[in-house]
Amino acid sequence: MSIHELDYYQQAVLLLAALIALTSFLMLGQSRLLRLIVVFAGQGLLLAATTAMVANALALPHLYISAGLTLVLKGIFIPIMLQRLVMRMALHREMETIEHPARVMMGGTSLVVFSYYVSLPVVQLSPLVTLNTIAVSLSVVLLGMLLMITRRHAVAQVVGFMSIENGLFFAAVVSTQGMPMVVELGIAADVLVAAIVFGVFFFQIRASIDSLNVDRLSRLSEVDR
Amino acid sequence: MAWLLAILETLLFIGGAPLLAGWIKWLKCHLQNRKAPSLLQPYRDLRKLYRKQPVAPHSASWIFRAAPYIVFASTVLAAAIVPLVVVNLPTARIADVIVLVGFFALARFFLVLAGMDIGTAFGGMGSSREMTISSLAEPAMLMAVFTLAMSAHTTNLSQAMSYVLDTGIVLRPSFVFALGALMLVAIAETGRIPVDNPATHLELTMIHEAMILEYSGRWLALMEWASQIKLMLYGVLIANIFFPWGIAQDFSLHALGGGAAMIMLKLALMAVVLALSEALLAKMRIFRVQEYLSFAYLLSVLGMLSHIILEAQR
Repeated sequence: MSIHELDYYQQAVLLLAALIALTSFLMLGQSRLLRLIVVFAGQGLLLAATTAMVANALALPHLYISAGLTLVLKGIFIPIMLQRLVMRMALHREMETIEHPARVMMGGTSLVVFSYYVSLPVVQLSPLVTLNTIAVSLSVVLLGMLLMITRRHAVAQVVGFMSIENGLFFAAVVSTQGMPMVVELGIAADVLVAAIVFGVFFFQIRASIDSLNVDRLSRLSEVDR
Repeated sequence: MAWLLAILETLLFIGGAPLLAGWIKWLKCHLQNRKAPSLLQPYRDLRKLYRKQPVAPHSASWIFRAAPYIVFASTVLAAAIVPLVVVNLPTARIADVIVLVGFFALARFFLVLAGMDIGTAFGGMGSSREMTISSLAEPAMLMAVFTLAMSAHTTNLSQAMSYVLDTGIVLRPSFVFALGALMLVAIAETGRIPVDNPATHLELTMIHEAMILEYSGRWLALMEWASQIKLMLYGVLIANIFFPWGIAQDFSLHALGGGAAMIMLKLALMAVVLALSEALLAKMRIFRVQEYLSFAYLLSVLGMLSHIILEAQR
């Protein structure tokens, strides 16, 4: 089925999926922590909007609850918490240098192509329209991993981790019509706990190595002294 | 009849370009709390320049004298290709987007040569910057155009517009990305803020003005007119490809009048967006232009990928 034969809700799902992929790329290229967190919040909001659209397009009312959870948790709560952490640790003026930005972007693009190639057999299994977006959700996962690999800063890595979770959630929504409510609530609680634990860890790491650059964790402090 | 209409449309294009430039200037002045010149001021400037005797530097060769005519002529030819008021004109049918990009490249090539011809420091600097920017902007533009071509199954502008008109309003992710990429490229190619500042004549950061610094009289008039036409070309391109509604589809007087009114409205609205963005943004450092244009390229690549992944027939 070609896109102009779909109704507007389904087209909107596809459009929002594409915008989610764009936010992943924006995160890859963002060297300021605060802006990174803003883009991450944007991804959460788009994810919530997509979930609501899927709920509407496929007539699955229980997805509205997931959409609400995503909105509150990933669109508002976690970004605000991360932002407060960054402000409290006075990291908001720090610029992280991204090594080889062009290569990172090229790598990201090829990851999208790769995930399309991988998900092609899956897409042909079912006529469900939203299944087209499974390649996008897979690429959001992979791009989150790329973000974690290319960054040295602990906060940026946490954002990458959360974005991986976004991708997995997105895949669950579009391909299996959402997870069972128990699982979903469990994951939501996990993400929340993870965010809080990460916050504690930031302070621990900073107290022990006086920086949030995780590269310095690989050196033994006894050797340096 | 159709050829006559095509010539008339091109004349309208050439004649309307200074008005658009005047409108943008008017908007910008009002946004900056200044007193605005009349909307017809660009026409008066062109007339004044045209009456003055052109002066060429001693070191200038024939390239310097020929460049204004070549630049102006290729810009006019480019304007003839782009449907302004009506689709399916013969001029639009015989050439496609790649020819359009070719005309732009031809005009730019001679502009750059003219900038280097006189051997001043400013000219060479402007030329090298112009080439740097355009070598990054052109792939992004072509990718955006190819994204469009993949949806419409043609690189011909007129047919692509008809296709978009026929399918009606479709929320295509690829078009959203292509629109973003094309807008970024248009700003870079027409030398607007944040890439270049069109209002300045003596600054180390200028690009377009640095190349035409030695021109005077009617040569300068032709150069400025060509750059005004180019600005309008990009505006029409974006307006008519992505929002073609209202363009005339047959040659009846009623449809033509409606088409002309619609394109004026669309261009006026786009000028508001442009003036707002120019009032809000500061000019970038020249070394950040590369990042800006690679973002445009990323957008157009994502547009193409999302066309394949999300929109393709299966």
